[in-house]
Amino acid sequence: MVSIRLTVDNVERTAEVEPRTLLVHALREQLGKVGTVVGCDTSNCGACTVLLDGESVKSCSVLAVQADGSTVDTVQGLAQPDGTLHPIQQAFHEHHGLQCGYCTPGMLMRAVCLLSENPTPTEEEVRHGMEGNMCRCTGYQGIVDAVMAASQAMSDSYGANQSSIAEPAGVAS
Amino acid sequence: MRPVAFDYVAPTTVEEVVQALSDGGEDATVISGGQSLLPVLRMRMADPSLLVDLRRVDSLREIRDDGDNLVIGARATHRQVSTDPLVRQHAGLIAKTAGSIGDPQIRYRGTIGGSLAHADPAGDMGAAVLALNGSLELTGPRGSRTVAGGDFFVDYFTTAREPGEVVTAVRIPKHDGWGSHYEKFTVVVQAWAVVAVAAAVRVEGGQVAEARIGLTNMGTTPLRAAAAEQALVGVAAADTDALRAAAATAGEGTNPPDDPSGTPEYRRHLAGVLAGRAVVKAVEAVA
Ligand SMILES: Cc1cc2nc3c(=O)[nH]c(=O)nc-3n(C[C@H](O)[C@H](O)[C@H](O)COP(=O)(O)OP(=O)(O)OC[C@H]3O[C@@H](n4cnc5c(N)ncnc54)[C@H](O)[C@@H]3O)c2cc1C
Ligand code: FES
Ligand code: FES
Repeated sequence: MVSIRLTVDNVERTAEVEPRTLLVHALREQLGKVGTVVGCDTSNCGACTVLLDGESVKSCSVLAVQADGSTVDTVQGLAQPDGTLHPIQQAFHEHHGLQCGYCTPGMLMRAVCLLSENPTPTEEEVRHGMEGNMCRCTGYQGIVDAVMAASQAMSDSYGANQSSIAEPAGVAS
Repeated sequence: MRPVAFDYVAPTTVEEVVQALSDGGEDATVISGGQSLLPVLRMRMADPSLLVDLRRVDSLREIRDDGDNLVIGARATHRQVSTDPLVRQHAGLIAKTAGSIGDPQIRYRGTIGGSLAHADPAGDMGAAVLALNGSLELTGPRGSRTVAGGDFFVDYFTTAREPGEVVTAVRIPKHDGWGSHYEKFTVVVQAWAVVAVAAAVRVEGGQVAEARIGLTNMGTTPLRAAAAEQALVGVAAADTDALRAAAATAGEGTNPPDDPSGTPEYRRHLAGVLAGRAVVKAVEAVA
């Protein structure tokens, strides 16, 4: 057994794992993060996607020992503690970005990463950016709409923050 | 499934990696991005006794300018290679090819050294490295050596890498001012190439002065299409029909795989068509 330390959804955690333990299994079975799911055995489906040091990765294709010392963000850390949804969750809710919901944890985490890489993607860029996540239900249109809407919502609120920071600087006009 | 049990070490220098591999013996295996190895381990198609992880060897992530060459550390991820300003400027074909591999999550983890060492004939990076006359740097118990791309790929999943050797870097001669394109044909958007063509061209006085064409999944190793490269020299850069005609021979003389994605005849046809598209786009991309 190997002892690993990681920051999971903003909380410092330690776990005892075997070298062969996959990150997704450590998350689900030892760290209570059952929101992150396994959908395949071939690293194709993307359902297990989490952020590892801010980068979207398939947690079934990373060993838990390889995450030692890192920050891991899962779908369970997206909403505020008071239950307020993250803009990407709100957008999936409003735009029918899910049906059965199995792919959703991975979709959300990949979408968060995509919007950090490119805050205002085109529809084409969203489709390419979500290529590593499969959905058997929606036909993807609702997912693409949701990511586009979240991009809009997040850049609006970013713009609002920007101006509230910029204004007190008092540029004389 | 879960992998079979193994030991794990993550040293911080190349010397320690080489030492760990030689201490671990035959069943010790390097893990880099893990994006080919972990699926294999999960399906229990391999059972190494020891994994030697490169993740703490910071020097292997560097991408540096070395005069006439660009040196890309073996641990540089596909994401890093595809977005790196030096790679985009001096070896655009390598950046474009890296950006076509797998999906975004795979590109955040998978590495250039891992791709080349894995030597899957359907893997994308080999054709681009061959096309730009790249070479690989290896370090093992008997020291370091450089192997030309053409000598590195030996057979299906087989390279010139000796047991105990680690790929440390990929060396690419700078191709400043060349236009390039990687044209990949897949059955669904995110999939391995049925066939793909890596093309780089230098245009002088309105004509193709030099052309380089690498082929993916047209044999047991990545290949160069030498006859098509020759046929392209002197063709007017503006004459897209002539460019396509010259490139159309790219599949000739190859022995591609026969599988559910295509027969060898189909693949040879595809190679010619894709080479035409790749060359036309490469010419358009000339700075
Ligand atoms: C869903 C999916 C889609 C993919 N699609 C594509 C695709 O379209 N095109 C493509 O080209 N690839 C694709 N890949 C493979 C991906 O590019 C891998 O990243 C790559 O093949 C291996 O690189 P790695 O760093 O992940 O290596 P690892 O998985 O860590 O290692 C692979 C092999 O190489 C050896 N190795 C690794 N690094 C070194 C080194 N420095 N020195 C010596 N030996 C080493 C390992 O021992 C192992 O045998 C895909 C993978 C997945 C899971
Ligand atoms: S479980 Fe399918 S990609 Fe990880
Ligand atoms: S909502 Fe069912 S798999 Fe996507």
